[in-house]
Amino acid sequence: MADAATIAARPQRRRFRLPPTLLVGLSLTGAVLALAALAPLIAPYPYDEISVLARLKPPSAAHWLGTDDFGRDVLSRTLMGARLSLFMGFGATAICLGVGVPLGLLAGYLRGRTDEFIMRAMDVLMSFPPILLGLLILAVTPPSLWKAMAAVGIVYVPAIVRLARSATLEIAQEEFILAARARGDGTAYILFAEILPNAWPPLAVEAGLRVTFAILLGAALSFLGIGAQPPSSDWGLMISDARPFLEPAPWIALAPGIAMSITVIGINLLGDGLRQILDPELRTGRTG
Amino acid sequence: MLLYGARRIAWIATTLVVLSVLIFAITQMLPGSVAQIIAGQFASPDSVAAIAAKLGLNDPYYVQYWRWASAVLHGDFGRSLIMERPIGPVLWEALANSAALAGVAFIVVVIVGIGLGVVAAIRAGGALDHAVSLFTFLGVSVPEFFWGIVLILVFSRWLGWLPSGGLADPDSGLAAHAAHVVLPAATLAFALIAHVSRMTRSSMLGVLRSQYVRNARAKGLPERVVIFRHALRNALLPTITILALDVGWLIGGVVVAETVFAYPGLGRALIFSIERHDLPMIQASILVIAAIYCAANLAADLLYAFFNPRIRYG
Repeated sequence: MADAATIAARPQRRRFRLPPTLLVGLSLTGAVLALAALAPLIAPYPYDEISVLARLKPPSAAHWLGTDDFGRDVLSRTLMGARLSLFMGFGATAICLGVGVPLGLLAGYLRGRTDEFIMRAMDVLMSFPPILLGLLILAVTPPSLWKAMAAVGIVYVPAIVRLARSATLEIAQEEFILAARARGDGTAYILFAEILPNAWPPLAVEAGLRVTFAILLGAALSFLGIGAQPPSSDWGLMISDARPFLEPAPWIALAPGIAMSITVIGINLLGDGLRQILDPELRTGRTG
Repeated sequence: MLLYGARRIAWIATTLVVLSVLIFAITQMLPGSVAQIIAGQFASPDSVAAIAAKLGLNDPYYVQYWRWASAVLHGDFGRSLIMERPIGPVLWEALANSAALAGVAFIVVVIVGIGLGVVAAIRAGGALDHAVSLFTFLGVSVPEFFWGIVLILVFSRWLGWLPSGGLADPDSGLAAHAAHVVLPAATLAFALIAHVSRMTRSSMLGVLRSQYVRNARAKGLPERVVIFRHALRNALLPTITILALDVGWLIGGVVVAETVFAYPGLGRALIFSIERHDLPMIQASILVIAAIYCAANLAADLLYAFFNPRIRYG
């Protein structure tokens, strides 16, 4: 009891400190973003420049990360690959938000039959293992990075719909929504101008998670040969192409693999850090 | 419990029917007709038409779907266009291989994942906890196909301890068979161990702070009994759900791991058939995988209801 009293009496001098995970995550993600943005300027060679004389060369001053089986510079390819990877991560997330958020808002706001129909459809989508849904979508058409991105986006739609729906269910009970209805505002206006601005915090956290999932799933699809196609320098494709040369030239696989791990670790740390800042307030506000 | 089970089974059956329609519809969009694929690129239009007529490809879609679906219900998956063999036996053999791989990985995940989670929770904030959380962080961040390649590089190419892929000869000993499963199973298990141990740690921490655990300690029960009899039992409930979700990840992982290690399972059969536009094989393997996934979800629901009576009467 005395302890509690002294703690309560002690002046709150605790300065607000950013969690270290957030700082590390920010710097890693920032570095990857910067490298990806500057890739065409700083890459020492064009990513698809073939050189028969420089096949499978180990790292050297001319080729910092060595060359692959076509004599292409691995560093340049890895740098350009960062663009594709981030493109996949953010693009697929944008697609799943673009499809999932309106559906979730509609289901949560209109309830009844619409809700039932949308949620049952989502249940069916979710009864596919994620990679399989991507495979099914990609199995039937010639592969490309764009289609892989759309497939990855669709795979993660149900999670977003569920989240948007549950947030909407709560908000739709609020007085200002009743007021908007009484004013005679249209459904679209209520959904996007009244509900969405209040529903976004959990959606933003979820979207952050989805970016890394999308990068990993997208790379896996490319690795399986149904995403980006040669001569693209997508990291998944680079690792897949490097497999026959693991023994003589491990750097071809290691460079994109390590780059990808660093990217995902960075974004994950950033997300963890953000949640450490946001969550305590969110939690106590909700359940307290 | 019975009623709940029946409802779940009915729902799963409906889902599977919808899935089969979906699979059939999407695979119909495959460019180039099946007849053209069979007849070859340079076949005359007449022979293509003849093959199409023989296969009944000119029938309305619902007739074709019904023909396919009822054959599947009778255990007949049709013939592979590429291998020119009935799909059924090919599929079952691949399934057995995949099941062996996934089974080993799953057991490892359950034991190591829950173990690490419990240890991390008991030693929360300590060095061991930090080590486990670093490990789990790598597990969720490193793509599994890259992890598999690193394993091949280290244990197969550099150290030469384990084979880098394929299956052992059928008549070689158990050790040879086991050696071929170690690396793919380790690849599969890595990410899932991370996932399961994170969940177990957080639910275990919650339980350890609870009133009844404090009571049990206050009674003077040995710590071992408190941990295993009181805390772990309740902490495992969320873990069961997570494990069921992870079966989905496991199936996705199986596809990737089998490709990395050239392991002749269901996932590799699927990728192989996609690469070669082997329509009946694509349909059959996706349907079987989806059915397994549904069955796993059903099992998880029932287990969860068994452990948590509140669900049963929901």
